[in-house]
Parts: sequence; structure tokens; C-alpha cells
Amino acid sequence: MKKTFALGGVHPHDHKISAGAAIEDFPVLSRVYISMAQHLGSPSEPVVAKGDRVKVGQLIGKPTGFMSACIHSSVSGTVASIEPVADLAGNKVNTIIIDVEGDEWEPSIDRSQTIVREITATKEEILKRIADCGIVGLGGASFPTHIKLTPPPGKKADYLLINGAECEPYLTSDHRIMLEMPEQILIGARLMMKALDVKKCFFGVEENKPDAIASLRRFSSEYPEIEVVSLKKKYPQGGEKQLIDALIGRRVPAMGLPIDAGAVVQNCGTALAVYEAVQKNKPLFEGIVTITGDCTEQQRNFRLRVGTPFNKMLDAVGGLPEQAVKLISGGPMMGKAVANIEAASVKSTSALLVLTEEQTKRKPQTQCIRCGKCVQVCPMGLEPYLLNKLAKVSRMDELEANRVQDCIECGCCLYTCPAQLPLLDNIRVGKGQVIRILRSRPKK
Amino acid sequence: MRKLLVSPAPHIYSAENTRRIMMDVLIALAPSLLVSIYFFGFSAIQLVVVGALTCVGVEYVIQKYLLKTEVTISDLSAAVTGVLLALNLPPNSPWWLMLIGSIVAIGVAKMTFGGLGQNIFNPALVGRVFLLISFPVLMTDWTIPESWFRAGVDATTGATPLALVKEGLAQGLSVEEILANSLDLSYFQMLFVKTGGSVGEVSAFALLLGFAYLLFRRVIRPHIPVTIFLTIALFSGIFWLIDPNQYMDPLFNILTGGVLIGSIFMATDYVTSPMTARGMVIYGVGIGVITMLIRMFGSYPEGISFAILIMNSVVPLINKYIKPARFAKEVKNG
Amino acid sequence: MSSTILITIACLSALGLILAMVLYFVAQKFKVEEDPRIDDVEALLPGANCGGCGSAGCRAFAERCVKAAELDGLFCPVGGNPVMQQVAARLGKEIAEAAPRVAVVRCSGSLDNRPRTSIYDGAASCRVMAGLYSGDTACRYGCLGQGDCVAVCPFGAITMNPRTGLPVVDEQLCTACGNCVAACPKNIIELRNKGPKSRRLYVSCVSQDKGGVARKACSAACIGCMKCVKVCPFEAVKVENNVAYIDFNKCRLCRKCAEACPTGAIVEVNFPIRLPKEVEVEKQA
Repeated sequence: MKKTFALGGVHPHDHKISAGAAIEDFPVLSRVYISMAQHLGSPSEPVVAKGDRVKVGQLIGKPTGFMSACIHSSVSGTVASIEPVADLAGNKVNTIIIDVEGDEWEPSIDRSQTIVREITATKEEILKRIADCGIVGLGGASFPTHIKLTPPPGKKADYLLINGAECEPYLTSDHRIMLEMPEQILIGARLMMKALDVKKCFFGVEENKPDAIASLRRFSSEYPEIEVVSLKKKYPQGGEKQLIDALIGRRVPAMGLPIDAGAVVQNCGTALAVYEAVQKNKPLFEGIVTITGDCTEQQRNFRLRVGTPFNKMLDAVGGLPEQAVKLISGGPMMGKAVANIEAASVKSTSALLVLTEEQTKRKPQTQCIRCGKCVQVCPMGLEPYLLNKLAKVSRMDELEANRVQDCIECGCCLYTCPAQLPLLDNIRVGKGQVIRILRSRPKK
Repeated sequence: MRKLLVSPAPHIYSAENTRRIMMDVLIALAPSLLVSIYFFGFSAIQLVVVGALTCVGVEYVIQKYLLKTEVTISDLSAAVTGVLLALNLPPNSPWWLMLIGSIVAIGVAKMTFGGLGQNIFNPALVGRVFLLISFPVLMTDWTIPESWFRAGVDATTGATPLALVKEGLAQGLSVEEILANSLDLSYFQMLFVKTGGSVGEVSAFALLLGFAYLLFRRVIRPHIPVTIFLTIALFSGIFWLIDPNQYMDPLFNILTGGVLIGSIFMATDYVTSPMTARGMVIYGVGIGVITMLIRMFGSYPEGISFAILIMNSVVPLINKYIKPARFAKEVKNG
Repeated sequence: MSSTILITIACLSALGLILAMVLYFVAQKFKVEEDPRIDDVEALLPGANCGGCGSAGCRAFAERCVKAAELDGLFCPVGGNPVMQQVAARLGKEIAEAAPRVAVVRCSGSLDNRPRTSIYDGAASCRVMAGLYSGDTACRYGCLGQGDCVAVCPFGAITMNPRTGLPVVDEQLCTACGNCVAACPKNIIELRNKGPKSRRLYVSCVSQDKGGVARKACSAACIGCMKCVKVCPFEAVKVENNVAYIDFNKCRLCRKCAEACPTGAIVEVNFPIRLPKEVEVEKQA
């Protein structure tokens, strides 16, 4: 019996059409747009000015707070302007616009292909390199990695869990790196284990990627402290709390963090970035991105510089197809719809997905028939039908009593609803309001 | 510039919809329907057609002219109610009985509450119980009508096994004597062919086939029917072990009467059953206990209809107090 | 036979007597002492329980009125001055007359004025839409058109105009309870003085974009050109963050600003129809 999480979950068709496409370098464009808000915390502050010359990997934005992160240039050239530019949702964010000239890298970056296996850095050095290189969680939330690797006082991690589940349909970027760069990822995992001071690491991969599992196991046999676990295919396996449940059978308490269950979860892409930062001195300014869709001419995986506009990314797969109606940055279950096609990629951009009207247009809503399917599929054991009703009329105390704050916004309820009700749309708003109330409440 | 669609995640949806679910229920009812047509011929066809058409018609008229809302008959939920009600009537029922039952089922039990998803009680059962109370003679006349397929067989008055047992016990006969005298039934017969009973109760096997289909298509979860079966088996088993001459055995109790059709098709109605697995178990146990209480100590030979309706009224309470198993029982403080 | 009837009557009477006594004692024991004036004041209030006064409902408001030393700051927007005067008279307190107000939708970004740049496909709720993105037009400040204000109005005073995609306030029904103001995630709706003869002027735009950007997104946008400020004889208009705002306490309804506005962002309500300028010129000639 393969491992998986206990409650709920759905089985959307996985559509991994770009799984066979090897990672290629995306051509460097003539202009990039590097946002200062690429992480969870407050936006970074530019440390360059208009007219400055920058190199690839040069620090251009410095953190402004605890949750903030460093930002590096992804190209070499001249800073054309620093101004608010609309992001994919149309909201203005401070952005450094760079006109590209050549491709001159910071000389400190080790660009050779040799794999550096020996770990010489100390725990503190590893954490500092990760912070200086601006590594953020590449699983979607963009949580600064060095903070996640520094448990709060009194808390101790027992396990490091590497997330290679890639449970979202269509996405193949994690699959490709596990296939093409397994050793680097495993070294990255060992670096993080050293930083966390843990003795055991589980690497969870869903069973629909047998080649990735085999390639990881070929190298993991050298490292007995890392165990590659094949997981059953079920969405949202890659959710932090679900992965912890699946791999080590622990439940993160409500309103708690993974560290409360003695675990730290990192995406496999983050592990690769950590390897590159610590062993190769390379900041996070490029990432692996899947550009796919059933209607696009091609489906490919690229190594893409941060700040590349979405419309330019589409050109690489044959342009925006006629029947395309929706662009998604990320996967179809939790990704963000792109309202502004001229917006640029950020560190955590893992995919650009093109969907047709038939695939994505919402059907007319009908009456709730109280089938309970939303309750059945909710991986957090909530009652989405009830939360939806309460959120629509802003019944805050009842929302809180029914644990709306536990919702992980995985979308299983909306995905499965036979009445096509916008359950999660409303629940998300209610959750936001309740969490704001909880935060403002004095702690006991 | 192309106008793109923008919506919150998720961006893909399952193919589930109400109409498809109702269609699956109709498909699951098909085996029972075919068996009943084989045994009861035109009478069964007439009941089902009148039932489905009346239910759909009443819903259409109420939505279009009375409530002036969107007409939703195409979701097939009214048709399911009609077919279920038809399968719950005696085979020899006149067509107008079916008509009255359908009007009550849709008009009173469903639309007055606001239509699909709002009703507290199972519409088909409300229709059936209304008829049972208003027309007790017609509703317990188990005469088997002539069938094209079984021409030549004289119409027989086949009382239901449950009624025969109840009468027999009331006359002071022992179970053995009843079985020897009037009840010429083997379990094989009960499983495949049953004399006496409602249209849809003829073949337990056909109903179980429908159950398997519903489970396979994931339309229903097994919790409710299985807990009802287990409760009835346990409840009747205890009494049977105490005195096998006064009480029927568990298998007889499950296979006879409306237990199968009731627990598979009526108790599992989405709208009137609990939302959570735990709630479903409580609901199933309640139905099983009430059914057996009525069968053993009540004046009616069969009680599952009443049992389901009584438990329907408890469902809002169950939904309020029985919460699903949460991911995390512990709440982090501070 | 007759004894049966007698016994029945006796039993029922005894039962009734006992229960009546129980009820009486319970009522005495659990009696809640309340100021009778609360009931009186509540009876005077409209009973809409809209929460527009800031209390949870009409009863809560009545309690506050009775307990308060002075009625200043307590106002029922639904009942308005007449009701508040009655409340004051009943409580023997004084209250100053407040100007009646009405909700005003400060956005003219109709489907014609403000072209759509994307198609919203989520739940029909402004809150959901505002949480997702900046909106389905190039204007980040304008009305999202999903009708949260319509849904929240307890008086049915707001309706959606399907032709413009904007909410319309019926000033006869509007009581200025402020529910819509709180519901609008874009802070477009404002409670403004109704004005003499219900005549009023307001800037129907809240866009803080610079002139060119705002104009490109919406042909009826305020572009912060300052013309209204210059032309106003009463210093009632000011421009902040690229958007004009008319202070209704200073405005004397001369309408010069509306005439001067190049985009028609200043809206005048209930004024007599202005004669076209050419006609006036002909008349003078």
C-alpha cells in the first residue's frame, strides 16, 4: 500500500504532456521587469538607480523586513527605470526595468558543470548563503527559505521533508529537475539537513513519475539519511500539511506550522536553488518553468530568467492559440489567473498554463443538492457547503467555530461540486476576515 | 488585445453535475424496473410513466407559473422522485392513485420548501405515506395484475411476507407453522423473485445490482445502507436468538419488505440525509432501530418509510452537531 | 357517563390552575427589571434593524438613547429628524437637527465609458473579485459591478443598471444607513448631504491614477486637471491624489465646476435641465 494523506482529496486527470521535454535555456530578452515583491513579506528596496550598469547575479534589491528577501538581477545591462508596474493581477508593484546588454555574470558565480559534493560550509554559513542569495520557497508561497530553516526558539525539527509530489496537473518542472539534476537536489537536501540539524529526510514523489523516483534512488543509495518515498497519486499531496501526514503520519495542529509537528517541508526546486546558492555561489535569478496547455503548439520546459513577460514566454511555444481563453501562472488547481499578459515572471513562477473555454469556463450554478461531496473531498475535514453559506453573510463567529481558518485553499470543494457553486471563492474571503480577527485578538 | 478570463483558483472542474447524478440513479433503478415490468406488465409501466410525467409536470407548472423562477426540470430530480414513488406502490394501484401521490410528493413535500436541495423530507416517501394513510385499502392490496409475459397465470392475492408473518403471529402461530402454512418462500426466491410487495420490491437481486452501480459510480457512499442492514440484522438477531419461534431471522428481515429499496434509494437521498460519514452512521442506525420497532411492536407490518421520514427530521440536528473528522484535533494556542 | 364528564372537567381545571400558578411564580421570579422607556423608544423607531445607527438593532439603539445623558451622536438615519425629535421629546432631551443624507456612487465607469480588459468568471461578489485582482478594466479604483451593495441594502434602494453595469441609488428609498458604504471594497460609495430640494453636486470618480492613465482607462474619469478648483468661488473643491472632491458643507450649488469639467466627472442631481449654450447665445442675440 503506497503512502498518502488520510482525509479527502481528488483525482484530476494529470495531463503531464510536457513531461518528456528536456529543460532548455530560454533566450535572454532585450528587456526584463524585476518585481520588488517576489516573496511573502514586505517588498524589497532597490539598491541600484536609473542608469546603473548591472551584471547577472548582482544584488539589486535588499530586504526591508524579517520576511523580506534579497533580489538579484537576472540579466546584465542598464537600469532603464524603477517604477510601479502592473503585476499579473493588475496591481502596481515597484519594479526595476533593465535593458539587456550581453550576458555578463558576476565572476563569483561558479558556472561550471561539475557537481560539488563535499559540504564544507558550517550551519551558519549555509543559512547566510541562502539568505544572501535570496532563496524563497518555490512551491508557491514564496516564504523566505532561511527563515523556514531557522525554527523559532524552543522548537526542534525532527525531519526534513522534500516535496517532489508535483500533484498539480500539467506541471512538469519539478519532474524534469528530479530527472535531470537528482544529485544536485539531494546535495541541496543534505545542506538543509545540516542547517536544520536533523538526521532524517524523506523525499516524497508521486507514483506517476517512476523515472524521477528511479533517478533519485540511484543517487540516494549513497545517502542513507535520505529516503525517497513513492506516494499514491492524489491531489493535494503537495500541500505541506498533507505531505507531512503522508510521509511521517503526523498532523500539524490547527493554526500551527509544520515545525509544530517537528517537520520542515521544502520544495525540490528550493533544494536545487539551495545547492546552487551554497555550492556554486549562484543567487536565485532563474527557475525552471513549464509552458504548456492542450491547445498550445508545443509544451516545453525552460530555464527562465526572472522578469520575463508572459507574452514573450508564450512566443516560445508558438504564441497564444486562437482557442485559448485563460492563462494561469502555476497549476490549474491553485495557480493564479493572469489578467495582465504583459506582467513578468517572478522567482516562484513554476508554469504558464494555457486553457481553452471548454476546459476552464465555469458552468452555470445550480442549487446545492446537499450531496456532501465537498465534505468528502476536503483534506482538512471541513464542511465547505456550510462555510460558503456563512461566508456569504459574514457570520464571523460561526465561521471561526467551524474552523474556516484551517482551510488550505486547495480547491477540492469547488473542483468537485456538482452544482458548480463557487465555494472556495467565498470561503477564501471569509477565511481572510476571520484570520484578521484572530490576529488582532490579544494572545493569552 | 484579447480579453482573458479571470477567476479565482481552481481553474479546472470535475465533470460532475446534478443531472448526471440523477441519471445515474435512474440507471441504477433500471434493473428493478425491468423485473417489475416482467412480473406486472402494463400495470408497472403505467405507474412509472404516470409517476415520472406527473412529477416533472407539477414541478414545471409550479416553477413556471406559481414561483416564476427558472424551470429546472432538466436536472431530472423530479423524474427520479416519480419513478421511486411508482416503485413504492402496490402493482395493482390505479393510475389516479399515482397521480395524487406525485402531486403530493412534488407539490407539497418538495416545492413548498423551495425546491431541490431545500426539502426536509424525502418527497417520494411523503407521497407514499400520504397515500398509505389516505387510501389504506388500495395501498395494501397486493393483488398481482395479469401480465403479458405470464399470461394464463390467474391473478393471485399475494399478501406480503411481512404481513403474513404479522397476522400469523397475532393469531398465536409459531414461525415454523406460518412458514409451513402460508408462506411458501425460500431465500432464493426472496433474493430473485418475490411474491407480494410493491412494484420495486420484487427482486432483491435487482436492487442490489443498482446498489453496486451507485457505489461504482460513487454516487452514494455505502455508510447509510450498510449501517441500516447491520442494525436490522443485530436488532432482529438478538430477538431471533432469544426465541426463534416468535421472531423472524435477520436475513428474512433484510430481504423482505422495503428495507432494500428504502435503504439503497430512499435513505441515501442527498437532500434529506446527513453530510458527514459519522452523521450517516447515526442516521442509518436510527432508521434500522425504528424500522424494527415498528415491525415488531407497531400496527403496520412494515415501517421503513416511517423510519426514514422520522430520521429525515433529525438530519438538520445531525448536521449541526456531528462534524466531520477534522484534519487536526489539536489547536495550537497562543 | 355524566361522572366521566365531571371528572374530566375537574381534572382539566385543576391542571389549568396548577399550571397558571407555576407560570405566575416563574414570571415573578425571573422578571427582568427594564426601563419602560426603552419599549416606548423602540416603538418610535422604524424597526428595520439595519444597523445604520451603529447599534446591533433598533432595541439596542433604544437602550443607548435611554441610557445616554445627551442624544448628541445618536442618530437613526432611517427615521431621520422626525423620529429623532419624537425620541428626544419622549426622553425629555434636546437634539439638534441633522441634515438628511443619501448614498452616492462615485463612479461613472459604465460599460461605454470604461472598456473591459478581461472577463471575470468567479463568484458574483465584489469582495471576491477585489481579493483576486485589480478589476476587469484598466481602472484599478472603479466599480467592480458585482453588486455587493445591492445585496446588502436592507431597503431595496440600490439596483444594478444592466446597461451601464453600475449600481443606482433610489433616493426615495435610501435611508443613508451606510451598509453599502461598508460593503464596497473599493470605497466608492459615500454618504453625502441630500442638499436643498435634493439638489447636489459630486465628483463621480475616485481614481487616483494620473490624468493620462485615468483618461485612457475611462472616458468619464477625473483627471485631476484643477479646473474645478480654479472656477469654484467658495473653495469647496480640492484635488488630492489626482482626484477632485467637493466638500458638501461649503458647496453652494453654483454648478460652475460641473460646467468646467472636461470629462463630465462632476455629476449634478435634480437640477433643472440646463439649456444648451447655443440656444442661450441666440436668445441674447
